[in-house]
This record gives sequence, structure tokens and C-alpha cells, in this order.
Amino acid sequence: MPGACITAADWGWRHAGRTVPAVAGLDLEVPAGQKILLAGPSGAGKSTLLYALAGVLDPADESEESGSLRVDGAVSRELRGHAGLVQQDPETQVILSRVGDDAAFGAENLQVPREQIWDRVRDALDAVGLGEDQGISLARDTSRLSGGQKQRLALAGILAMRPPLILLDEPTANLDPSGVLEVRDAVLAVVERTGATLLVVEHRLAVWADQVDRMLVLEPGGGISHDGSPGELLAPGPVRDELAAAGVWVPGRVPTPITPTSRNWRSNAHRNGPGFGQYRGDIDRQMQGVVDGAHSPTAAPSGVLLTARGLAVSRDPVTPGWRRRFGATPKPVQRDLHLELGAGEAVVVTGANGSGKSTLLLTLAGLIPSHAGTLTAGTVLKGERAGHLPDDPHRWKAADLVSRIGTVFQEPEHQFVATTVRDELLFGPRHARDPETGQRLFTDEEAAARADGLLAALNLEPLAEVNPFTLSGGEKRRLSVATVLAAGPEVVFLDEPTFGQDANTWAVLTGLLRGLVAEGRSVLAVTHDADFAAALDARVVELEVAA
Amino acid sequence: MTVPVAALAAPSRPVAGSVFERANPLAKLAALLPVTAVLVATMDWVSSGIVLVAAVALLPLSGIRVGEFFRRAWVLVAAALVSAWGTALVGEDSGSVLFEAGPVSISEGSVLAGLATGLRILAVALPGVMVFITTDPTDLADALSQRLRLPARFVLGSLAAFRLLGVLTEEWRTLGQARRARGVGAGGNPFRRLGSWLGQVFGLMVQAIRRATKLAITMEARGFGTGDRTWARESRFGAVDAWVILGGVGLAALAVGLSMATGAFNLVWA
Repeated sequence: MPGACITAADWGWRHAGRTVPAVAGLDLEVPAGQKILLAGPSGAGKSTLLYALAGVLDPADESEESGSLRVDGAVSRELRGHAGLVQQDPETQVILSRVGDDAAFGAENLQVPREQIWDRVRDALDAVGLGEDQGISLARDTSRLSGGQKQRLALAGILAMRPPLILLDEPTANLDPSGVLEVRDAVLAVVERTGATLLVVEHRLAVWADQVDRMLVLEPGGGISHDGSPGELLAPGPVRDELAAAGVWVPGRVPTPITPTSRNWRSNAHRNGPGFGQYRGDIDRQMQGVVDGAHSPTAAPSGVLLTARGLAVSRDPVTPGWRRRFGATPKPVQRDLHLELGAGEAVVVTGANGSGKSTLLLTLAGLIPSHAGTLTAGTVLKGERAGHLPDDPHRWKAADLVSRIGTVFQEPEHQFVATTVRDELLFGPRHARDPETGQRLFTDEEAAARADGLLAALNLEPLAEVNPFTLSGGEKRRLSVATVLAAGPEVVFLDEPTFGQDANTWAVLTGLLRGLVAEGRSVLAVTHDADFAAALDARVVELEVAA
Repeated sequence: MTVPVAALAAPSRPVAGSVFERANPLAKLAALLPVTAVLVATMDWVSSGIVLVAAVALLPLSGIRVGEFFRRAWVLVAAALVSAWGTALVGEDSGSVLFEAGPVSISEGSVLAGLATGLRILAVALPGVMVFITTDPTDLADALSQRLRLPARFVLGSLAAFRLLGVLTEEWRTLGQARRARGVGAGGNPFRRLGSWLGQVFGLMVQAIRRATKLAITMEARGFGTGDRTWARESRFGAVDAWVILGGVGLAALAVGLSMATGAFNLVWA
């Protein structure tokens, strides 16, 4: 099966409801079997081009096409099963609930006879490393696959269709480093074997740069700005600099963290009391008292924010009451964890998929109950106005939590609660309460000052009145971090904060977090991003998958 | 090595243990239909009792563990008890009065009516639960589209949406945690709670629509939605299915017969 040829002549596409076209004036000639990396800043229309080639862009609804785009001489919408597409979010790449059925889905739609389908499916699953030889049966439940396995399953589903064109839209953006390599290698093996033409969009160019024949750079609202081999384009020079400035991850370059200049949002309500200076001056002492519980239990008690002793964590809560007898008690993903988090400390938690990193983070952040062991908030974390706050943060009210512990989730949209960016930033300070009196911690003026300070610090001022859901990916990430900082928490927890982010957002984010640590707040992040850990000079805690 | 015929028809189907799991979903529904029809038609404790006894006796055939069965069915048991109690309280009185307090009275007649109501609810619901637990959604979809010729677009679309429901259940939990981290409390007065709950529902809707749109693109990109398709798994009927259907019809006949013989038969609309 030969690969597909692509011809574009002055092609453009304007999405419904937009005034500016996503792509315009695109001229392109791709010979059969070429492997192409598609790069460019956010909003350059990379995904639009892939969707058009996959034939899933709908010309009916008010959108507008110009010029011509042809795959093997035909309009791609009219070629069913000619192109296979893998998108970013693994959860939406799985269609059916058994591995074999999911891989067979595309072939069924192409009316492949039943006798041939299963041969194709077994073949495709073997090719991506999900075959029965690898211990994965055709009946395996797809919800039990890891993110990387789901992406490889999607690839197998496409492979069973035997398409001459394979299109990948950031297929590894949500994966950990081992997942990235397993998906990339599976793609390369498939392309090698079938001779299909490959087009891949990816933010982190290093993953593909050495493996592809050609690199195309798209510019926003336009066509192709650069076209050449990755070696040429990524060599030190103007193109590389241009890409780096646009936030593209060019190989071998770690962005420099950008420290925000505005500081007027950084005050802490609990410390406004008489004890304020007492902690402020002690930051250096606290920092050296920060260690793994196993090594040094001598840490100054006042400098410890959180102490976990013999902690067992699980996503599934212990079933309450009498119902426990009917269901199996959920097994903790980790047990007997000892951890201390000191003031002014940066900690990075890493570990393979399924090691329970995120679960640990949610438990430490007081969002899910622990199964065993104790979690104790220190007096520094509780603050001056702690009142009768319980030791375990999970038993705190949300209004008490928000001014002490901030948690940034992997998906920013999960945390949006208001209709404008500014209201989003006002929400935390307005809801933070004094646990003793139930009074607000911040007046309206104070809340507004904090919100405005954060808007300025994170360059979100022009977007203040915009609906958070309409922001770009990088803007959403910056906002989601800003919203938890608004109420001045002592410690910030982050779950994979740099997943899928461009280099510019990465630089702003790391700069912001470094600033927090420098002034004595603590940061604990679950991440595989080694550059992130280095930028924060973080203590690294590695979790092993429990037996 | 000999490969069983069933495995050739659908190699991705898990190896089924029990008779009920092996049976075609349509056969199970066909067996359920006459039984349910009888129970709906007559309001008496004999027919309900026979079906209930049969359901419990057939539990080993379904391969469902007793604990699992009650974990799924306890809501129905509770509903049956509540209905029985309610009917006993407000049902038409006959026979000697056992208890009286104002407008509420319990008599022998109303107690019997209550028992019959409770039994009937259980007898309708429990066999349904057994069929539900032993039926794989994928097998049901195959049967509906290949045997009943329902449109594939509708059946497979529903199947994919059904899978997404599981993902969204998980997402609901994450949303709750994410919102607590923002300071959205679970407490407060009922209006506040309702407001915060609606906010979470909105968040879930946004995620559901995003996911559904992406999933639709994924399906379309794999050639789904237009024209005919082939089926990798064959939905077939076998000897087991004949026995299952026969069993259902037999049970319905037995229930009607015994109920008539004992004189308890009591058509709802008569």
C-alpha cells in the first residue's frame, strides 16, 4: 500500500463565527510516503489543516473554504477511510469498551469482511505492542489502559483500516516520558511497515525532529512560513529563534523562567495578625528544616506545613457504614508514606503511571480522605487565626482551605467557577473565611487589589472581562494558577502543571512558582518534567508502583 | 487445539461462564417479556411469588454472586418494602381492622394487598436486574443492530455515549474536588447548595460536550456514519437461547396456571 500524495493550492479555511481565517494561502506538495512534522505557534491552524486532510471539517455550517486541498487527487471528505487521525486527549480516542472491538471499529465501517477483520486487528495490535503476545487480550477493558496505551490503541484502530495517510494531532502531549516514546516508536514502526504518509503536529519538536523527513512551519492566519528539513530549520539561526520566541519547544532549549514584576497580590491574610513578622524573618531557618521524614525528624516544628505519617491513599473513598459489607474495600494505591513539607520548600513528586502520585497530591491537599495514617497541618499552615481548625486538612471547610492550601488541577476548566477572568480571581479572596469568627478575610477592596495585581503579573489584563472557557490553553493554565494564588495560600499543589503547555507559558509558570518559593511559600508538584524540577530547584520524591 | 465456535464469531468476547452470560441478549429479553407481561396483568401474590422463587432458584445459572446481586438490587428491595407499607396504610380496607389512627388504618385486607404489591415489584424488577447484570452492552448493541436491524448509527452512537458516561462519572468526582480547592463549599443553606450543585452540573456539561465533540470526530475519522458496515462480531442464536426463551415462556405459563388454579388470579383492569 503506497502512501498518499497531498496537493494544496492557495488553500484556506475560515471557521464558522470567526472573521479571520485559521489558514489562508497554503501551497503544499507532499509526495507519497513522506514523514512531516508540522510546527508553529498556537493558533497557526495546524489542527485545522489536519482535520481538513482527515475529511472531518464540515463545509456546511457557515465556515468558508478557499482554494483547493486534495489527497491523491480527490477532496478528502469524499475519501472514506483514506486518512487516519489520532487526537490529543486519550479519553476521546477510545470508542468501544474492549480492545479488540475498538481496533476493529474502523475496519467494520470500511466494510472489511469479518474473516479478514480479526487478522487485521491482531496484526495491528501486535504492531503497536498491544497484542496477545504482550499479554493484552482482545477482550481487555479499554478503561484499564494507560494514556499511552490508549493512544497506541487508537493507532491500531487506524492501522486496521490500512490508510495511506496518518495524521497525528499532538498525540503525546498528555503523556509521561515513557508514554511519549512508546507512542512515537509505535508510529514510526507502523509508518515504516506500511509506507504511509505521515503528518504530525507536536509542541515538543525534539520528540520527532530526528525521525521525520521534512518540517513545515505554519504562521497564524497564513500559510507556510518555513519549509525544510528539521536539521536546517532547527540549527542555530533566525528560524530557530523565531520558533522559540513563538513558544515552540525547540530541541535543546530550556526556556528561562520569567519572574513577574507586580507584587501587590502577595500578602497573606493569616499573617496580618501580631505574629506576622515572627514567621517572615525565619524563612531561611525553615528551609533547612525541610527533609524527608525518614531522614531527619528533627525539623523545627514551626517550619513544617504538613506532616504525613504512615499515610495510605486511594481515589476511592472508604465506603461508609453498612454498605461496606457488600462491596470490596478499595485497595490503597500507596501505603505507609512518610512525608514532611516545610515552609519555603519546592517538592516534585514523580513516578510511573499508576504509582498514585496524583492521589497522594489530592490527599495532602485535603481534597480526599486518607485511608490510614495521619496527616497533620502545622501551626504555620493553620496560621494565626486558626481557631479550632482540625489537624487534618480534609476536615476543613472549603472556605478555610482556600486561604491555606491552593490546588491547581491538571485540567484548568475543572476549576473555573465564574463568568469572567476577573470574577474568577475575585472568587477565592471573597470566599476565604476566618474559621473562628466566620468573617471574611479580605474586604472587597483587598480582594479587588489582589485580583488586579494577579491580572497584571500574569499579563491577563486585556482578558479581564472575557469568559474563562474561551481562553487559549496557555491562558487557561495561567489563570488557573492565578485563581488559587488569589487567596494567598501558604502552599500550592499542582498536578502536571506543564502538560501540553508551550514554552512561553512554561517560562511564566516556573517564574511565578520560583517567586513564591523565594518568599517562603511552598510548592508541591506532581510532574515528569525534569526541567520544571530543575527550574524550581526542587526536592524530588519518587513513588514506586506498589506491589 | 480446537477453538469454540463462539470464539470464532467474536474473538473479543470475554469467555462467558454462566448460561445467562452465554445467551444472546435478545433471547434474554424475549424470555423476560412474557414473565413481565403476566406480572403486569395480574395483581396477586401467587404469580409474583412463583416468579420470585424462580428468580432466586435461577441465580446459580446467571453466575451472579449473591453479594453482588444484593448490592445492585437493594434499592429495589427498599422500594418494594416502602410500597408494601404504603399500600397497607392507605389501601382499601377489608377484613378485621388491625390498627387505626385517624384516617390511617391497617386491616387484614390492606396488609395482604401491601404484600402483593411489594412481591409484585420485586418479581418484576429482580429478573430484570439479573438480565441487566449478565448482559454486556456491546453484545446487546450487536444483537440490536444485526438481529433487529436497528440503525447502526443510533446503536453504536449510544454504545459510545454509554462508555463516555463512565468517564463522566469519574469527571464529576474530580470536578467536586477541583471546586472545593477553589473554595466552593458543600455546606450552607439549601439555596447555596443548589447553586453550587448547578455550577458543578454546568462544568460537567461543558466537559461532556467537549468530549462528545472530540469523540464524534474520532468516530467520523474512522469512517463511521455513512453507508453500510460489516460486523466483526457475529450476534448469533444457539441452543442455549432456545432454552432461555422456552424457560421464560414456561415460567409465565406456570405463574398464570397456578394463580388461576388457586383462584388468586386478578386482572388489573378487570
